[in-house]
Amino acid sequence: MSKPLLQLQVEEKSFRAHRVIDRLALDIRAGEAVSLVGPSGCGKSTLLRIVAGLETDYAGRVLVKGAAPQLHSPDVGFIFQEPRLLPWLSVADNVGFEAGRHGGRHPRVRELLAEVGLAAFADAWPKQLSGGMAQRAAIARGLFTQPALLLLDEPFSAVDAFTRMRLQDLLLSVAAHHGTTLLLVTHDIDEAAYLSDRIVVMDSGPGRIAGEVAVPLPRPRDRRNPALARAEAEVLTLLNGGQQGYRDIAPDIVAAPPTPTQLNGATLGFAV
Amino acid sequence: MSTLSIAAGQARGWVLPLALLALWEAVVQAGWVGAHLLPPPSELVRTLHDLATDGALLGHIGISSLRVLAGFAIGASLALLVGAAVGLSRQAEAYLDPTFQALRAIPSLAWVPLLLLWLGIDEAPKITLIAIGAFFPVYLNFVAGIQNVDRKLVEVGGIFGLKGWALVARIFLPATLPNLFTGLRSGLSLAWMFLVAAELIAATRGLGYLLTDGRETARADLVIVAIIVLALLGKLSDGVLQRAEKRLLGWRDVFDGRAA
Repeated sequence: MSKPLLQLQVEEKSFRAHRVIDRLALDIRAGEAVSLVGPSGCGKSTLLRIVAGLETDYAGRVLVKGAAPQLHSPDVGFIFQEPRLLPWLSVADNVGFEAGRHGGRHPRVRELLAEVGLAAFADAWPKQLSGGMAQRAAIARGLFTQPALLLLDEPFSAVDAFTRMRLQDLLLSVAAHHGTTLLLVTHDIDEAAYLSDRIVVMDSGPGRIAGEVAVPLPRPRDRRNPALARAEAEVLTLLNGGQQGYRDIAPDIVAAPPTPTQLNGATLGFAV
Repeated sequence: MSTLSIAAGQARGWVLPLALLALWEAVVQAGWVGAHLLPPPSELVRTLHDLATDGALLGHIGISSLRVLAGFAIGASLALLVGAAVGLSRQAEAYLDPTFQALRAIPSLAWVPLLLLWLGIDEAPKITLIAIGAFFPVYLNFVAGIQNVDRKLVEVGGIFGLKGWALVARIFLPATLPNLFTGLRSGLSLAWMFLVAAELIAATRGLGYLLTDGRETARADLVIVAIIVLALLGKLSDGVLQRAEKRLLGWRDVFDGRAA
């Protein structure tokens, strides 16, 4: 079998004295879609930032296509929680930002905009886009270098539920079209199950892997497939420390313990 | 708002000044106020016409505009250089900003005697004074603009591998542009203010000189004409910047005066 696209072995990553990742190893093969889920502060976003080259101060070894990650690698695209379009550039120039000052004229920009359904908005300012449209533009921008690996940091958490479902399907279709490997951080267990081949569940601090749940379902998937619900239940069990019943998942966040039925809402992390 | 109602709105703005002009003319013509103290608008038009036809006015306008342009260009450029250093580097800020904040506390006109002592009464002290006046608004707004750039957008620049000058040119500069324009516009209006101060003190040409000349020869019409021309030039030069601002900052997602 060929080498994994991404090999992660982080011994330790700390912010000041606070350790956020502790002995974590993860391999991702080309073409896979992998989600990282876990309570707030478990280090999953930090992990993503390490792979993107945004964090360099850590102990361990991380290889993307066999090389250490660096900022601005054409092999890695990054999509933030918010679209983060540059407000002073047209939508097209944002998507083609990589190609320089008039990047919007690059032929690939037109293709990507068509692919995310924004062909008519090439010359619009970002302020003229809705939240979902802006995030679609951000996906197009992340795909501009045709990266082998696309990193997504809670990419759809700021949009409404319907927009989220449409963006998820859009992401899957463009990733399939470009053969892009996905590594996604999310708080949304529904989302993790629907998008991923594997769900990596992280333990609350210091970040370690509590377990993995495989989602061996063909694509395109039916959101109502009971196998997805079963995968979600497994994730919840892992988050629960292997227990079926309730355990305090994020004692620092959840003031009053929710009942198990509330937990079945299958979304965690914003229980404030 | 329809075009018609915008035109009507602008027309409303003319009502008060036109009424005042008519009242002014009437009051002077009726002999209630001496024409030597308050020359009527009709006489001002004649004075303006005379000054314009013998070419004197154009000369005054030319030299004053050149002084403002030179002083503003020097002051604003220095402000951009120092502001960029202070805004982008904590080191530079620690070394430079306290000094410039202290210099700012000096009322700019207090420099005048020193400038005259050092630089004589030629063009140099005038342009220097104007440059000092233009410097601070540009500097303060530019530094504030840089320091308020959204960290998240800077991070986007990082993801795209931008460093150093490229990061400044493609992220910081456009992000700072709104503040920069605010600074440039207030700097330019201060430049006109300091021009008058400089020309009132020592000049043989220029609109400030026209003011002095009018006072010394007891010709209020000259003074008022100079004031009007200064106002027009100030408005005109600000209009140029305002148009550039509108063109370059169309991307801003800001309140446009129409609530909801």
